[in-house]
Amino acid sequence: MTLAATHGFLSPTGVEIAFLLVGIVTLGAAVVTVTTRQLVHAALWLVVALGGLAVEYLLLTAEFIAWVQVLIYVGSVVVLLLFGLMLTKAPIGRSPDADSGNRPAALAVAVAAAAALVWVVVDAFRATWIDLDGPAQGSTKVSGSILFRHWVLPFEALSVLLLAALVGAIVLSRKDREREDGN
Amino acid sequence: MHLAYPAVLAVLLFCTGLYGVLARRNAILVLMSVELMLNAVNLNLVAFDVWLRDTLHAGQALTLFTIAIAAAEIGIGLAIVLMVYRNRGTSDIDKLRDNAEAPGADGARGTDETAGTDETAGPDEKAEAAA
Repeated sequence: MTLAATHGFLSPTGVEIAFLLVGIVTLGAAVVTVTTRQLVHAALWLVVALGGLAVEYLLLTAEFIAWVQVLIYVGSVVVLLLFGLMLTKAPIGRSPDADSGNRPAALAVAVAAAAALVWVVVDAFRATWIDLDGPAQGSTKVSGSILFRHWVLPFEALSVLLLAALVGAIVLSRKDREREDGN
Repeated sequence: MHLAYPAVLAVLLFCTGLYGVLARRNAILVLMSVELMLNAVNLNLVAFDVWLRDTLHAGQALTLFTIAIAAAEIGIGLAIVLMVYRNRGTSDIDKLRDNAEAPGADGARGTDETAGTDETAGPDEKAEAAA
């Protein structure tokens, strides 16, 4: 709050300009992801959106989160989605039935939610600045130290959750194969 | 940096994902939109963590946990979608209407050819659940 006196609305810093440009690219890629009629292109535009978000994390000095984002989202989640598209025999070209019939209602809900939330957020944080100076707050050293010093129990619980998800995915895939063998 | 930049970007990404969840028909595209919504929340968490200079870095720790949970979610979700595709031959969520209430007595039955595939898939599922 005390920073408000030293910052102006009309003099964006270099970090803000970079954040804005990368944000526009990210948002554009996200919009193309949810509107394109070519299913594989949607997954590839999702890579652009998630990579842009990784750059935003870097600009917010959260270095470790950025690399985790690149590794997990761009590296594995999108590959899983592409495999899913292939295994469900998604059409390669344009598919006319990519959007369902409630598209106008969805557009109305999304625009209303965006308008309300943008209004509330801008009104709430109009005079709030992030101080990005000083040591990086999300460097790998800091993140590792915090994670294994204060967040050990949630971390271990999360590993149990990942194990449960792994077992669940195997069970879901395996049951079907047994059924096919039975037939 | 003004806090409104990441906050507004997160809001817009979330609403883009919301539109995708509501408007898409393919189940895998719905999962992609869910990923967009989760990423918007992650951006908010990181921005507020950096703004508040939290000594515990709760926001970044929670972001890591959200990313891990999203990875688990996408694995389970894709397994379910693939299983539905193998059983029904479609990943179109508009056609998975077994639990829907019929609007009329003969409106839901007979008009769709998907009703026939649903009925053939029904006993298999019951046998599977019993096994």
